[in-house]
Amino acid sequence: MSDLDALESRSVYVLREAFRKIKPLAMLWSLGKDSNVMVWLARKAFLGHLPFPVVHVDTGRKFPEMYAFRERYAREWDLDLITGDCPPVEDMDQTLPLAARLAARKTAGLKQLIERHRFAGIIAGIRRDEQATRAKERVFSPRGENCEWDFRGQPPEIWDQFMTEFPPGTHVRIHPLLHWTELDIWRYIQRERIPLVELYFARGGKRYRSLGDRDITFPVPSDAATIEEIIAELETTKVAERAGRAMDHESEDAFERLRVAGYL
Amino acid sequence: MHRTSLPLPIVVVGHVDHGKSTLIGRLLHETGALADGKLEAIREMSRKRAMPFEWSFVLDALQAERDQGITIDSTQLRFRTRKREYVIIDAPGHKEFLRNMVTGAAQAEAALLVVDATEGVREQSRRHAFLLQLLGVTQIAVVVNKVDLVGYGEQAFARVAAEIARYLAGLGLKPASVIPVSGREGDNIAAVSPRTPWYRGPSVLDQLDAFELNSGTADRALRLPVQDVYKFDHRRIVAGRIESGRLKVGDRLIFAPSGKSAHIASIEGWNRHAPQISAVAGQSIAITLDDDIFVERGQIASRAGALPGVFHDLPVRLFWLGRKPLVAGQRLKLRLATAEHWVNVTRIERVLDLDRITWHDGEDVPPNGIADVVLHSRSAIVADAFADIADTGRAVLMDGYEIVAGATVRRSAAEEQAAARNITAVAHAVQREERERANGHRGGVLWLTGLSGAGKSTLAMALERRLFDRGWQAYVIDGDNLRRGLNADLGFTPEERSENIRRAAAAAALFAEAGTLTIAALISPSEADRARAKSLGGEGFREVYVKADLATCEARDPKGLYRRARRGEIPAFTGVSAPYDEPASPDLVVDTSAAGIERCLEQLTEFVAREFAAPSERAVSAGL
Repeated sequence: MSDLDALESRSVYVLREAFRKIKPLAMLWSLGKDSNVMVWLARKAFLGHLPFPVVHVDTGRKFPEMYAFRERYAREWDLDLITGDCPPVEDMDQTLPLAARLAARKTAGLKQLIERHRFAGIIAGIRRDEQATRAKERVFSPRGENCEWDFRGQPPEIWDQFMTEFPPGTHVRIHPLLHWTELDIWRYIQRERIPLVELYFARGGKRYRSLGDRDITFPVPSDAATIEEIIAELETTKVAERAGRAMDHESEDAFERLRVAGYL
Repeated sequence: MHRTSLPLPIVVVGHVDHGKSTLIGRLLHETGALADGKLEAIREMSRKRAMPFEWSFVLDALQAERDQGITIDSTQLRFRTRKREYVIIDAPGHKEFLRNMVTGAAQAEAALLVVDATEGVREQSRRHAFLLQLLGVTQIAVVVNKVDLVGYGEQAFARVAAEIARYLAGLGLKPASVIPVSGREGDNIAAVSPRTPWYRGPSVLDQLDAFELNSGTADRALRLPVQDVYKFDHRRIVAGRIESGRLKVGDRLIFAPSGKSAHIASIEGWNRHAPQISAVAGQSIAITLDDDIFVERGQIASRAGALPGVFHDLPVRLFWLGRKPLVAGQRLKLRLATAEHWVNVTRIERVLDLDRITWHDGEDVPPNGIADVVLHSRSAIVADAFADIADTGRAVLMDGYEIVAGATVRRSAAEEQAAARNITAVAHAVQREERERANGHRGGVLWLTGLSGAGKSTLAMALERRLFDRGWQAYVIDGDNLRRGLNADLGFTPEERSENIRRAAAAAALFAEAGTLTIAALISPSEADRARAKSLGGEGFREVYVKADLATCEARDPKGLYRRARRGEIPAFTGVSAPYDEPASPDLVVDTSAAGIERCLEQLTEFVAREFAAPSERAVSAGL
């Protein structure tokens, strides 16, 4: 078994566990590379089917290429797509720095969606290697009534026995990609030929490594225009993946505060 | 260069403030794993807090941890040496956070145990070392940290090194090396340091590279716990992850505890280039079966001859993470592989004293304590001993929504003795096929179970006579007769009854191996005991349910036992004051209350001819 097979197998196990234990369940589809891999893995787990809806929390400020991608592949992959919009930036916590405030809209939009559909579980494509606070996550991560993350009181998670039952009023985030790295994701995309938004590939000496809202996401210098070139680039780079995401860098704890409040 | 194997997961454990996070921060830096700007960021964080450069800020990424100076949760970070990639799990040393330490260490294949050169072995050093052993992490190196604070002195180092080595030896653990280190100054981490000229090596990185990647469980017995059963179209698809062993299309799977079996018709998949025909441990698969048997989540599929154990009383060693002490009688939910069972803690056998590594009697298990206990379940628990197959030999206990304990299944006393004596089977000079040719039939065990008075002994003896008269090697192993010799030392407590059946089954298996058609007649009321007999009996084992309703048996009462039991003279008498688990899927049912003994004997004879006649004899076996 290759390392990609092992990663895939573990994700499939987690997805099957979530589908069996948590209802109603939904998967976040941000249209980025990781969430496309996640949709792909779900089809592997359920033999071509996707037995729960995918959710796109739409800030209304994504790149046009992303909206085009969403329309095309929702149809092609036969997804049960639910979209939800986000409250205006003026409604957000005004003590947060500007970019973080913009990002907080997404949390608020997600909360609305969870309330409306009464989802007990949300599958999200975060990875441990993306960011230090994400490294602390559990595969099944309980959230309080207001979606908040109690990182001090996290449940033990041993031997793949996940926390799958919860007090009423709470929900769980399920993280099937937690153990993957950015490089793993790209090698898997290459092997499986998974379609992606074009913005990831370099044009004019720049490309996006991570996709978010267009006004707070910036491209990084790169000449990598193909999957092969991106893999070669990642094997030597020391630039952090989220370097182009403004909200991570405004203050020392900005991202941590976002996450405690329920951000992904 | 693309890696083709997964990174080696290592855990760093030890007492609070002995310098685990600092060591890891240093390891990440020395291997070039830190992103650009990280060092500057840490320098800035340290300056703001008026501290010298603080390596542990690399890991203590959360605000709360930075301010309190302790690590709350286990964090996973990666680095790479020339040899391979590592995932490093930082385990917290603070006592309150033991649950997080266990979460971290349960994923590790090797461990660094950090001990402060100025403080020596402390409570958490001992507890963590014991937990490593309990969790099955046996590749351990000791890092004696802060040797800069003892002036890089050999004597001070040697004292602490001897202390920890002695403690580990008491646990049956031998560290791969004991390394003098200064995390803050970087000595003996990436290379052997000139400041400890008396130390020859290895450095921490050398030692990590010398650890071995777990070779996996592909060569053990097959264990496929059923995770779910899907019906996306007309087919029923069984999904699960192979925890050990391997399988291929066409294999016959036996599902425990039901005992039902079917062959693998296909391995299903999506977006694959070619159909899959085989799979190994670690793979999440989906299969279809050739027979429409009832399969559900929690069952474990395996192959004949290497079945898992089936238990109603499960002996485990547990580490208790609950907030209040664990007491006998407590009701908890056990989760083992994909199965769930309600269990009662029936006995606390002994509790560990961590300081002296001695066991003592205990009424309860304190928070963060370790103990040997027995769990009782009404439903049949399918499991292996942790020492044999780890993945189906470990479980967690839930109280409400919370995981309150991790547990590993202990071997039975007999298994332990066999393992301790290094007993290995010796091959016979006469092959099974030769015995079959000489006898004209196969050896095997015909296991007759049923209530007292159902007619087991009568049928067994009549069948023995009939088979013998027709030239068969046949012999009856009778429960009562065995108690006059082999089992003369056993009484009638539940444990002794269970042992009585185990010995009968082991003896029957020997006769069967010698080529004899062995008829075992025992009440054997518990499904778990019969499952164990089946596992001892191997492929030639057939379960026969000699059925008769209680009223009929009681009216017959050939030994006068029911009368005595009703008068209360026999405690726990099956059918009267103790339960009988009806066989869920016996190979044959003979109903002696519906048909006469002669008709039942006919039925048995036909069954034996069908199941045990040698292949060449089968055509003429109708005349038996």
